[in-house]
Amino acid sequence: MKNKTSFPPQEGETHPSRCPDNSAFEQQKLPAWKPHLTLATVLSTFFLTGAFCLSVGVCLILSANSVREIQIDYSEKCSDCSKLRENTSNWNKECHCFVNFTLKEDILGDVFMYYGLKNFYQNHRRYVVSRSDAQLLGRNVNIQKSSCAPFTTYQNGTPMAPCGAIANSMFNETARPPYWQKPVYLLDEEDEKNNGYVNDDFIIWMRVSAFATFRNLYRRVSRVRQFADGLPAGNYTFHISYNFPVSKFKGRKHVILSTVVWSGGSNPFLGIAYVVSGTVAALTGFVITAIHLKLRKKKTYFQKE
Amino acid sequence: MALSVDSALYRWQRPGAPSPSQTLSESTPLLVPVRDKPKLHLKKWRIVFPNKRGDGTDWKGASMLYSGNRIRTTKYTWVTFLPQNLFEQFQRLGNLYFFFLVVLNWFPQLEIFHREMIVLPLVVVLLASMVKDAIEDYRKYQLDKMINFSKTRIYDREEHAYIEKCWKDVQVGDFVQLQCNETIPADILLLHSSDQNGICHLETANLDGETNLKQRQVVMGFSRQNELFEPELFQNTIVCEMPNNDLNKFKGYMKKPNQERIGFNIESLLLRGCTVRNTEAAVGIVIYAGHETKAMLNNHGSRYKRSKIERQLNRDIFFCVGLLFVMCLVGAVGHGIWAGNFFEHPPYDIPDENGNFLSPVLAGAYMFLTMIILLQVLIPISLYVSIELVKLGQVFLIHNDIDLYDEEADLPIQCRALNIAEDLGQIQYIFSDKTGTLTENKMVFRRCTVDGIEFSHQENARRLDTHKELDLDDEDFANLQRFTLPPMDIEKSATSKQRSMRPLRRCQSARAHFQRHTRTRSLGRCDSNQSQVAFSSPIEKDVTPDSILLRRVREAALQTENLSPFIHMKTSTSLTDFFLALAICNTVLVSTATEPRQRVTVPPPIKPSGITLEKIHQIFQRLKLASLSQSFSSSQSSSDLGISFSAKNAPEYRAALECCDNDRDCGASGGGDELQGKDSTDIGSASLDEVFKSMTDSSLPTDFCYEAESPDEAALVYAAQAYSFTLVSRTPEQVTVRLPQGTLLTFDILYTLGFDSVRKRMSVVVRHPLTKEIVVYTKGADSVIMDLLEDSAKVDTSAERRMKRIKEKTQKHLDFYARDGLRTLCIAKKVLNEDDFQKWANFRQEAEAAIDNREELLMETAQHLETKLTLLGATGIEDRLQDGVPDTIAALREAGIQIWVLTGDKQETAVNIAYSCKLLKQRDIVFTINTENKETCESLLNLTLEEVRKNSEAEKPQRKIWGVIPTSFSASEAPSSEFGLVIDGRTLNVIFQAGLEETFLELTKRCRSVLCCCSTPLQKSMVVKLVRRQLKVMTLSIGDGANDVSMIQAADVGIGISGQEGMQAVMASDFAISRFKHLKKLLLVHGHWCYARLAKMVIYFFYKNVSYVSLLFWYQFFCGFSGSTMIDYWQMIFFNLFFTSVPPLLFGVLDRDVSAETLLGLPELYKDGQNSEIYKLSTFIITMLDAFYQSLICFFFPYLTYKDSDIDVFSFGSPINTISLLTILLHQALVMKTWTLFHLVAMVGSVVFYFVFSLIYNAACVVCNPPTNPYWVLEKQLSDPTFYFLCLITPITALLPRFFIFALQGTFGATLILKAQQVDKLPRGQQDLQIQKLRSRTQSPSSASVPSPVSNDDLKQRISHLCVSPFLHPVPAAVSHGDTASRGLSASEVNHLRKLTPEEGYYFFNRWAEEESVAADSSAEPSSGHYPLVPRRVKTPGQDDDKQTKDRAHNFNHGSHRRSVSAVTL
Repeated sequence: MKNKTSFPPQEGETHPSRCPDNSAFEQQKLPAWKPHLTLATVLSTFFLTGAFCLSVGVCLILSANSVREIQIDYSEKCSDCSKLRENTSNWNKECHCFVNFTLKEDILGDVFMYYGLKNFYQNHRRYVVSRSDAQLLGRNVNIQKSSCAPFTTYQNGTPMAPCGAIANSMFNETARPPYWQKPVYLLDEEDEKNNGYVNDDFIIWMRVSAFATFRNLYRRVSRVRQFADGLPAGNYTFHISYNFPVSKFKGRKHVILSTVVWSGGSNPFLGIAYVVSGTVAALTGFVITAIHLKLRKKKTYFQKE
Repeated sequence: MALSVDSALYRWQRPGAPSPSQTLSESTPLLVPVRDKPKLHLKKWRIVFPNKRGDGTDWKGASMLYSGNRIRTTKYTWVTFLPQNLFEQFQRLGNLYFFFLVVLNWFPQLEIFHREMIVLPLVVVLLASMVKDAIEDYRKYQLDKMINFSKTRIYDREEHAYIEKCWKDVQVGDFVQLQCNETIPADILLLHSSDQNGICHLETANLDGETNLKQRQVVMGFSRQNELFEPELFQNTIVCEMPNNDLNKFKGYMKKPNQERIGFNIESLLLRGCTVRNTEAAVGIVIYAGHETKAMLNNHGSRYKRSKIERQLNRDIFFCVGLLFVMCLVGAVGHGIWAGNFFEHPPYDIPDENGNFLSPVLAGAYMFLTMIILLQVLIPISLYVSIELVKLGQVFLIHNDIDLYDEEADLPIQCRALNIAEDLGQIQYIFSDKTGTLTENKMVFRRCTVDGIEFSHQENARRLDTHKELDLDDEDFANLQRFTLPPMDIEKSATSKQRSMRPLRRCQSARAHFQRHTRTRSLGRCDSNQSQVAFSSPIEKDVTPDSILLRRVREAALQTENLSPFIHMKTSTSLTDFFLALAICNTVLVSTATEPRQRVTVPPPIKPSGITLEKIHQIFQRLKLASLSQSFSSSQSSSDLGISFSAKNAPEYRAALECCDNDRDCGASGGGDELQGKDSTDIGSASLDEVFKSMTDSSLPTDFCYEAESPDEAALVYAAQAYSFTLVSRTPEQVTVRLPQGTLLTFDILYTLGFDSVRKRMSVVVRHPLTKEIVVYTKGADSVIMDLLEDSAKVDTSAERRMKRIKEKTQKHLDFYARDGLRTLCIAKKVLNEDDFQKWANFRQEAEAAIDNREELLMETAQHLETKLTLLGATGIEDRLQDGVPDTIAALREAGIQIWVLTGDKQETAVNIAYSCKLLKQRDIVFTINTENKETCESLLNLTLEEVRKNSEAEKPQRKIWGVIPTSFSASEAPSSEFGLVIDGRTLNVIFQAGLEETFLELTKRCRSVLCCCSTPLQKSMVVKLVRRQLKVMTLSIGDGANDVSMIQAADVGIGISGQEGMQAVMASDFAISRFKHLKKLLLVHGHWCYARLAKMVIYFFYKNVSYVSLLFWYQFFCGFSGSTMIDYWQMIFFNLFFTSVPPLLFGVLDRDVSAETLLGLPELYKDGQNSEIYKLSTFIITMLDAFYQSLICFFFPYLTYKDSDIDVFSFGSPINTISLLTILLHQALVMKTWTLFHLVAMVGSVVFYFVFSLIYNAACVVCNPPTNPYWVLEKQLSDPTFYFLCLITPITALLPRFFIFALQGTFGATLILKAQQVDKLPRGQQDLQIQKLRSRTQSPSSASVPSPVSNDDLKQRISHLCVSPFLHPVPAAVSHGDTASRGLSASEVNHLRKLTPEEGYYFFNRWAEEESVAADSSAEPSSGHYPLVPRRVKTPGQDDDKQTKDRAHNFNHGSHRRSVSAVTL
């Protein structure tokens, strides 16, 4: 602060007095609210929190319980196909497998069909970045310089579209990683509009999921005819054209049918968390009350002396 | 640089070359004939040629070699700024770390963030520092520019006149003309002064802060005065020493063309930065310019100290580094294992560009480095920046505290060190200077003894007492004045009112400013200066004379003035001589109020005092006063009473008293009729005083102002003035004194032998105008003067016997003065006969002419003269305690701080001050160790230690019985409050030499206070270093003088008092305050706050970083330890940079855990900081655990919620980010104790800013951060109820434990801080009550018996009761029994006291009598209790009676021990 010259700065000239301002800020006397933990505030905090959490938790659990969900692991059932796929030379052989399951009761409402993958580390650092958003946006980019490497060009030198590991490992029981068997504009042969980079499955795949075990939305049960209210109880069969090998990285594949509610899916964790936290808060409140009562007695004794 | 100068100098090595034709030209530098080389060490000497601008190549060349007068204090230039600044910044470890990360990230294998992006934090930090440095430097640049472009007048040969030029253009060899009030642009050798004596006055306030004027003399034997100086004719060459930074030394000589040499020294050098005063014009030649001036060479930048918190912080940083290492290792190993699990590479394991895969081990190794980059924030680099910012804010607030502002000096506290504010909150030991620190260093004449007769100056004492109150209230003062002064003098009361206001104005003008060179302003300054000068405030100026002495002085003076040399009443001549000596024997300059700072060199024409008019006037006044002074006379009589008492008790005094009575009779008969009338009308002496005073005043033409080099001198001159021996003028040759009757006596000054610390005295040799005798008046320290007195061993004549008696008595008085804390000076005289004087004068002249050994020769001659002196008397000057010192010391001690006083003063003086400022208490056992012998010292130390140990052990069970042990109380930190240790410099030396430091420290640890007397500056610093190093404690040194500098620098925190003794201490200090009492608020409030704030902030930063970074770490377990992040990098950077940075900074600057009032009321609260309660290892670890817990919650709640769902990476990350933001901010909210509007805005603002930023970023940014893309993530999350549920429950659960702990703290072991916080909540009235309650509870039983809330009044009473200083408090107040009992004194003591009460006012005399009887009977009673020094002192005259001493010491200790225990058990 002090400068190194031989003269003190000429404060005296600008300010007649060097007396500091008597402002509340500089004198550190700003009006302030000083929260202080008293017994009343502490106890009311704990009990109110407890009550609130408990009630919310119960609601959440109830709503989560109302979700109907069925999960079918077909890794075992299609093990033949899986073995076939382990050998890359069989890439052009088709393999189909059938998974049967029974619904014991109706699943009402909108039913969503997911495919689930286990042990598929879509969140691997180098996997996550292996994409080119600019390319997906349709911009003309030099993908050699993008982070798609090494999935940038085919061996013949034509650039990959879409490039990158994510796109090239797309879960598609009809496509075969790591290279696109058919061009991206033929992803959906039924719906012309659902092709190219705007293909739903492709978009969903490109949203890399957060964990190694995840599910991605695949289809929705269209509520027509007998399925107007959802899926009625009965026997069903999935017809799977097995293309996506997972056994070599100990992966597993599922098909999931599920409904959703306002509070999300079937995961009851949030509700449980609320209930537990609420309980703990309430219990803590009781503990504090107990401690206080005990200590107060002691204190009066102490003071008397 | 120096080398080049020197080699270049070679060419100019021929100063004063005989023929000008031989001037060297630039083209032939090598043709210098070597044989002509004069015998000058060019590396040692500087040669200055006068500026011959125009013709002289000599000058031109030579002056080019020396630096010009342009100064540049900036660190950088435009060109060097970038590289130099970067270089400096990269020397910091933190920046290097950042740089390392950037480099790491550059490797494609490790690249985890964008290369450009990871540079960002580094760039931000570097830029911030750069901007700060640039602004700082720019300010300096501007100031430099202003100074460089200041104007001064330089002689120009072409124009043959002085023309105005900028400072920067001044060069060595230039002739500079200076006018009054101008600032000196360079170091200039004074060649001419408009003053007839060739003197130029300097104010060096800019340089050292001393406001008195210094004299500079034109180079002696050079100029003919009263002749205009012609630079053209100046042909001399100047040879002087190379530039150095010694402000007090300079020597060289001037070589005339005819080879004649004229020597000069510092007395002729005008230093850059000083201001010319009182001198119309001065001309000099520039010797050093620019950076080579002494002022610039003395400028050092502010010091960099590392505070204790920062040292601890470094330890924790290393902990974090360890943590980082562990985390990275986990990541590396985890990744290796994970990668090794696959038989074949899965599709998500991407090969590198060439399609190759890494082996698991190599992948693991890479991962280690990757993780470092990922988790880099764990090392809180931002913490350093934040700490700097917070400290800046804290220092700003300290600086602006109005309570630390001294109105009188117009000085706020100066914070010179910016980075150790929090150390103020952790001080354990204070080392204080005494003079000027504890005391005001305002010398007030208190008492004197002349011819062995003591004059107690009761009235003066009373005046001083009332003055204290006056300081508090101006209005009262005015009233009082009006009351005491006759109504006729209403005008005068007005002036005195002014006077009381004056200190404010005075100090404003006297303080060091940078003076702009507009003369008008400076003149205006002079005007406002009025009559006030350097050291004299009214309290020092107005000495109320002792009535008896005054009367006798007037009689004596009458005789002198009547020129009756045959009357040799010894007393009267001594009295006259005494006061003459006071008035003459000094170097005081006289100036008058009408002509400020104009020295009075010619005696003002004063007509001899009018007789008739004034006398009528006086009588008139006297009559009026008769009624007014009734109230006074009652108390006034006490002094007379006192004399009679003493006469009864001390037989020896009867003679003196008789003498006095005789005198009075004499005076009545021989003195003026007016005096007689006085006695007969029997009016109290107070009115007499007034008459005298008003008479003197009315006959004074002007108010004289004295400018003295030391405050003691001024005090003595004012004292002499009070007795109407007024110093009227002083020139180097003559000094004029006006005697009481108005006669002016002009003495020829033959010699003045200045004061130096070796001789410890000064003398003037004058010729008496009446008797024509040559008289030497000497004044000096009593220890020195007493030895120089005429040898009275052979007692022959009655006169000599009388001398001896006077000497003995004076010595006794001196001893009592010293015990009373007065500074003593002896005044002596010697009459020389003409021959002796001539002989000596020859010697002296030789010595003065000598070039070698001049100093020693001068010293020798001085010593030769100052022998066989006749003692005239002695004076006692009081150095008053500063306001609030006892209170401050008590509070600091209560805060658990040990206070040591290290002083160069005498032991008695020091001990007394220690008692009066409550450093020692009456019931303390004081050990005094004075020895020069090693063995004695060792045994004494051991003995004392043993004794102290025994005592403290005996005390311990007692403590338990008493029961109330405060929670924060621990035995090791609270030394037994029962012991004091007094030690002197010699003993300290022995301790240091003999390696007894440990024993000494062991002893001091158990002592309540330690006093080191007679210690040198070096010893002071050694003591500080010893304690600091050996005990590993935080130390603070406080002092005001140059002798405290080393001590201030040795301590952790150095505090300078900007007081009377210049700026050296301030320059060396970290903080500069103007009063000792400010220390209380500075430490107890600001220290506590700064510590608490910073400590909490540091902890919070660690918590914040760890809890946030851990989130990333937990995620690694779910992404194959691949180094993925679920949070977008920008949001991550912003999280630390913006979202969570402001609240902790605000917290660090503004939080107030306890209010200032409570902190001051409960000094105990300070112990928190002392023991580093807030920031210590356990707190740190707990915080770390809490951080881990919170991060676990913050990660796993979302994880478990979104597990197995179709959540994508960033959708998973954004609730986590949000949650941890909320948690971290709410955590801060829990820690925060004060919520102002700022806090609220910062808190809410942070959250709002987060959401706004993230929403915009997520919406607008599609491919701005490829390849990762958080597009529309938060928007989507915000439409999902799960997000809200998550954001609600997670912070609650995360903060539950912390809240629980806070709650428990309040209920369970409530700390003092919490209680104080509760107190804060109470309404005003109850607060004090509650504080008292808390205090009494927390105090240890031993001190609980002492009334703790000590107001000043109470304290004063206590002191006077306990009879430390009857001098100070002569009027006793009755001691009620209950009162005393409540103070915990033993019954016997009370009785003793009460018995004494009636006589207390004259206790001084009583004690003398007692003392004499005691002296005869050596077995003094150790438990006299009222006089703590005598019985408890452990003195060791020598080794031979060592054993005896030991035994005695033992006995004494036992005695006092018993006493103190009895006091405790009561």
